[in-house]
Amino acid sequence: MTAITSDLKKVGSLKAPAGFAARVLASAGLADQYARFDTVLGPVFVAWNRIGVSAAMRAPNPLEFEEWFAHDVRRPLIAGEPPADLEAKIADQLNGKRRMRFDLRGLTEFEQAVLMKALEIPRGQVRPYSWIAREIGHPQAVRAVGTALANNPIPYFIPCHRVIRADGVIGNYGGGGPEAKKEILSLEGVRLPKLQELARHGLRYEGVRSTKVYCYPTCHHAKRALEKNVIWLHDATEAKSKGFRPCKVCRPEAA
Amino acid sequence: MEGVERLFERMVHEHQDRLYALGYALTGNRHDAEEVAQDTLLKAYRALLTYPPERVRDLKQRAWLHRIAVNVARNRHRGVRPPVVELNGSEPDAAPGPEAQAIDRALVNGVMSSLASLPPRYREAVVLRYVQDLPYGEVAEALDVPVGTAKSDVHRALKMLRGENDDRHHE
Repeated sequence: MTAITSDLKKVGSLKAPAGFAARVLASAGLADQYARFDTVLGPVFVAWNRIGVSAAMRAPNPLEFEEWFAHDVRRPLIAGEPPADLEAKIADQLNGKRRMRFDLRGLTEFEQAVLMKALEIPRGQVRPYSWIAREIGHPQAVRAVGTALANNPIPYFIPCHRVIRADGVIGNYGGGGPEAKKEILSLEGVRLPKLQELARHGLRYEGVRSTKVYCYPTCHHAKRALEKNVIWLHDATEAKSKGFRPCKVCRPEAA
Repeated sequence: MEGVERLFERMVHEHQDRLYALGYALTGNRHDAEEVAQDTLLKAYRALLTYPPERVRDLKQRAWLHRIAVNVARNRHRGVRPPVVELNGSEPDAAPGPEAQAIDRALVNGVMSSLASLPPRYREAVVLRYVQDLPYGEVAEALDVPVGTAKSDVHRALKMLRGENDDRHHE
């Protein structure tokens, strides 16, 4: 009798294997998993959970990524085996296709609106901070937009680098500083020197004489116009006075 | 919502070992033990999300989790496979720490194979009482039977465990 019950008690002293709690929390969507991926931007650490991709950062080693994640996202995190299609999704997203799902739960409604709006900017194009502010219905909140973009937990994939200052200054970048931002934009085909040259002269918009439409200079419709039809414009008032209407795609003014 | 998430995190850390041990005692191998423990906790989480706050607050976690775990283990084995006793501990991630060695000794003593030979009703009762060290009140709650039934099932189980060991000596 005593032998049996004491043997039974021994079975009860068994401990769950290492990592068990984190695996359970990950299955419940309460812990995120991460892995390192080789991308066109070099190695990037990407975290995900059952909702979607939750964070990304270029970091020299896993430990620094974990520390950054603990500080910024504040959920349990474990290294994991990525879902089969994640690598392809990462490549596609950086290539300008938008098929990645994101988990932005930890962010405020305003921050989420800013990032979702940044997602609409196509690869190879840029928009000013004020464009995001106006588009999400907070035209006065330009600085807050800047802060929200700087704290983007998923840089590269949510393209906060495609938002630059209207005066041509590149602006700060949470994904590795202004130099990294320039590098990524150039990689995406944005001709920064030309844009900055125009901005220095106060020229913000490109008008197309044949269509009487004006655009942001990187807009698809501006880029395909013939050189002889293009005129450069300082602001919306000038555009209007010369008979141009704002482009309905890049929306330099509420159009 | 946030409250439930924190509560669940604490619940996982507090109960993971005993649910794993319970899974092991009921299924007889480490792999199934982990599955039972994990399924139990995930079921618990899904339930917590639907419960009103008062119910979450007043929950007797240990008894509640044991009840879920017993059902998870029952449903896994219903009509399909009998409990398997794993004698070599071949799981790659189960390095034999001190507690694993204790288990191995218990295995050598045959307690796991004796348990596996009990009818589920008696196995569950004796495991909850002596492996999990639950008071009879919680054993009864987890099995959804009256306390008197729990007590008599536990004693019957012990008798069978002793009897079986005796039989073995005669063989």
